[in-house]
Amino acid sequence: MNKTGDLYSINGPVVKAKKMTGFMMHEMVLVGNVKLTGEIISLEGDDATIQVYEETTGLKPGEPVAGTGNLLSVTLGPGLIGSTFDGIQRPLNVLKAQSGDFLERGVIADALDMKKSWDVQMSKIKDGDQVVGGQIIATVKETSSVIHKIMIPPNISGIARNVKSSGKYTIDTTLMTVKSGDGDHDIKLYQRWPVRIPRPYMERLAPKEPLVTGVRVIDTLFPISKGGTAAIPGGFGTGKTVVQHQLAKWADADVIIYIGCGERGNEMTEVLEEFPQLIDPRNGKPLMERTILIANTSNMPVSAREASIYTGITMAEYFRDMGYNVALMADSTSRWAEALREISGRLEEMPAEEGFPPYLASRIGDFYERAGRAKVMGDDQRIGSVSVIGAVSPPGGDFSEPVTTGTKRFIRCFWELDRQLANARHYPSINWLDSYSEYTVELKEWISKNVDENFYKMRDRFMQILTEDDNLQQIIKLVGEDVLPDNQKLIVRIANIIKVGYLQQDAFSDVDSNCPFNKQDEMLKIILNYYDRADKLVSKGVAISEVLDNDIVNAIMRMKENIPNDKIESFKELNEKIDAFFDQLDKKYQVTVEA
Amino acid sequence: MPAKEYVGLSQINGPLIFVEKPSDVGYNEVVEITIGDQKRLGQVVQISDQMAMIQVFEGTNGLTIDNTRVKFLGKPLMIKVSDEMLGRVFNGIGQPIDNGPEILMGDSRDINGSPINPVSRMYPRNFIQTGISAIDALMTLIRGQKLPIFSGNGLPHNRIAVQITKQAKLKGEEAGNFAIVFAAMGIKHDEANFVRESLEQSGAIKNTIMFLNLADDPAIERIATPRVALTAAEYLAFDKNLHVLVLLTDMTNYCEALRELASARGEVPSRKGYPGYLYSDLASIYERAGMIKERVGSITQIPILSMPNDDITHPIPDLTGYITEGQIVLNRDLNRRGIYPPIGVLQSLSRLMKDGIGKGYTRDDHPHISSQLFASYSRVQEVKALASIIGEEELTDSDKSYLRFGQAFENEFLKQDEDEDRSIEETLDLGWKLLGYLPKIELTRVSEKEINDHYKEIKET
Repeated sequence: MNKTGDLYSINGPVVKAKKMTGFMMHEMVLVGNVKLTGEIISLEGDDATIQVYEETTGLKPGEPVAGTGNLLSVTLGPGLIGSTFDGIQRPLNVLKAQSGDFLERGVIADALDMKKSWDVQMSKIKDGDQVVGGQIIATVKETSSVIHKIMIPPNISGIARNVKSSGKYTIDTTLMTVKSGDGDHDIKLYQRWPVRIPRPYMERLAPKEPLVTGVRVIDTLFPISKGGTAAIPGGFGTGKTVVQHQLAKWADADVIIYIGCGERGNEMTEVLEEFPQLIDPRNGKPLMERTILIANTSNMPVSAREASIYTGITMAEYFRDMGYNVALMADSTSRWAEALREISGRLEEMPAEEGFPPYLASRIGDFYERAGRAKVMGDDQRIGSVSVIGAVSPPGGDFSEPVTTGTKRFIRCFWELDRQLANARHYPSINWLDSYSEYTVELKEWISKNVDENFYKMRDRFMQILTEDDNLQQIIKLVGEDVLPDNQKLIVRIANIIKVGYLQQDAFSDVDSNCPFNKQDEMLKIILNYYDRADKLVSKGVAISEVLDNDIVNAIMRMKENIPNDKIESFKELNEKIDAFFDQLDKKYQVTVEA
Repeated sequence: MPAKEYVGLSQINGPLIFVEKPSDVGYNEVVEITIGDQKRLGQVVQISDQMAMIQVFEGTNGLTIDNTRVKFLGKPLMIKVSDEMLGRVFNGIGQPIDNGPEILMGDSRDINGSPINPVSRMYPRNFIQTGISAIDALMTLIRGQKLPIFSGNGLPHNRIAVQITKQAKLKGEEAGNFAIVFAAMGIKHDEANFVRESLEQSGAIKNTIMFLNLADDPAIERIATPRVALTAAEYLAFDKNLHVLVLLTDMTNYCEALRELASARGEVPSRKGYPGYLYSDLASIYERAGMIKERVGSITQIPILSMPNDDITHPIPDLTGYITEGQIVLNRDLNRRGIYPPIGVLQSLSRLMKDGIGKGYTRDDHPHISSQLFASYSRVQEVKALASIIGEEELTDSDKSYLRFGQAFENEFLKQDEDEDRSIEETLDLGWKLLGYLPKIELTRVSEKEINDHYKEIKET
């Protein structure tokens, strides 16, 4: 039944075929005698242009191109979690079993294990019930962390027939048949969905809850919401990947999808080796039990890089539809944009800025808009979210290049990585002056209610101190610190405590890697208490050297390491120590403490 | 299968030739070009039913439209790999140039290799001691890493590379399973001779395979050179269980050859005229470093590139930095002041060191002291900038201590002799000694216990 055409031209990953009338735009095709996976990207008369997701060496004009009748799609069902896929959802473990340690071409593998049987718990739906798209009909405990909810595909509704009872089934089993106006639909444990089409939802909701990341500079200064979008731009070596890994580890999402898009093979290996060992602080389960990896490393075929982003976001939407909070990390979106550029160049399209195609910005926009918090399809008002955090790798660290500027228009959090900070090994090297988050306004209510009603006041004071410090640093650069009046010197010193003792966070420390919100709150209070009491003395004319006690400053600088997450009460002792120190100074200089 | 042969070309354009109406010819297939009694190799870079576009590795000099014969060999460019290659010298496409015999026995391998499946990779963790303090302490080289040297014209990158190959040691293992693959792309005769002589002196030459494409050799051949070299390296590492150190020099010449070819093909250029796929192309070379689970050998790559006009934002160093696992950046100012090796530590980085140093690998205090040295040396730069404006006299005492530390760091820690081989313990102890120039309160990156164990303040005299 499937049509075939003839190959007539090969140029890297872009090939052309004739006799292609009747094929669909974006149809998945099998190219050549070795059956390489490809996708039709343009149709003109009888000719088609196809991007091939595998290396095209050895293809010859005259070889066949076979249609599949499907758009490029992903398979969604139990077995996704904990897996590592390539850009077009072939499981890398299966490829390894079939072709060894090096990736061979033309290997066809099922995305999900068709033979494994799952313990399926059916819902109360019985024969004759009305079901709607998105409705949950069964659940499967996929891993210790994730309950996989089997849903009616979004575009189907009707009367349930032949409903199976709970039991052990493979994913190919038909759990029920839905009779609808346009015929009968078999509902299996899995469904397929075309990657370039966003999955529908009922209603978009405001992103009012934070995605808590455990990274202080993010949570405190530039927070992101569940359902939010953020970009991490930075030149090479500024720590994009470490920040992405940190978020993948500690973000309070239910499911994490990590796309290694055109990056290093060893980085994927690191995640694969490390995540099964790491424990999710929220439920004590290994982090791998909530993670899906998509790997298209920089030496894997470039067109699959273009697809990997869509493969990932479609999976994210699927778990959102179950009512989960999903966080998707894409490292790096620049490689995806470059893949677009390479394909576009081979198509001889008219280039826009720096050789990128003119539709670059709209593609970036389409991608980030698939993030969001929404009331999802179904009958029970579930709410789910997809948060998207994309790394951007600007050439030469120049933030005015097309991918960075294009991305900036569509994201709401901008975490700019700073070369100077990275060189001084200040990590995370997120610049506190140029970064921003638009979510601070929307999150204020939640944080005031759930963390501390004064949290935002303290945050704003931090920002003030840091801004003022930046101005003073300009002066210091010219004339040295000694000429500043004492109260300004104090600001410089406090800013230093904030930078070293608060913003700097060691991703590889057992204690400091993840910093929960309540610890952040306590740390803010300690630093500001110290500042207020010191400032009072200094403004009364007490010498600054008196208030900068080595022991106290040292204790504040090291509290992030010395006070573990489960010993929050120790902050009280530290605060008492600070108060005692200042009480004695107040007495010495006879400053009255106001009530 | 009889190979198809065509007589006559339709066009010759720079390094490219065109053959009309080829039949049964595959993309990337290798071709043999004959003119008179001379043979050259080429590769199909674009194919349609009307025309085959072929790049000629040795250049198109002397080819004619009517008398050139083109034979399609029906396979991608392959080389024969075997143990016999050790100690031998080849040209840029793997043909012997040392008057020795052809490599006849052995497997034929496609020079493009295949990507390592990410789930098969083993994360590199083993520390390689280079004996150079700056590298061992601050940008530790790990077995299976790709760590380039970003250099400039006139800087001693070759001497550093040779010192690394001479001194490289693995902890707790004999150096016997080491092999070196040296790939030269468009470098000068003198440079190639220096490397060869140094390896001969140290006796390492018998464990070395050299692939030489020198400055006066055909430029297009350079495109194949690193791939040929890495194919040999993969054989030694993954079939013969050797730890292979691959030196690729100079990647800038490689990229220029790629640009030449791209412009001859009339491709849309991206930054500075380099093709849009430069990143993917470089990645297909650099990503061939690494280790594989359940296999003993490893490939460690040290590519060397000269930054045009010392510009680190130039596309070649820039894209390289995005692919490799860190970089060693050479600094002209240090070089001018006679500091060898002139490693600009603040711009340099090893991404893999975090998992290959410290407890169980080097020494417990290594991660913290390296972070402390970075932070303190970075502060030195700020203080220096300030001192150049207000004068050293006006600095605070703590700032003055930074200046003393900075000077000692450059003259005692960075600077060492070309044959000085420092152990990691010596290097770290030296680091602690120099931190003695700073007051204790400034040491925020090391733990209190480490301060008690190692720190000794150096009082001003």
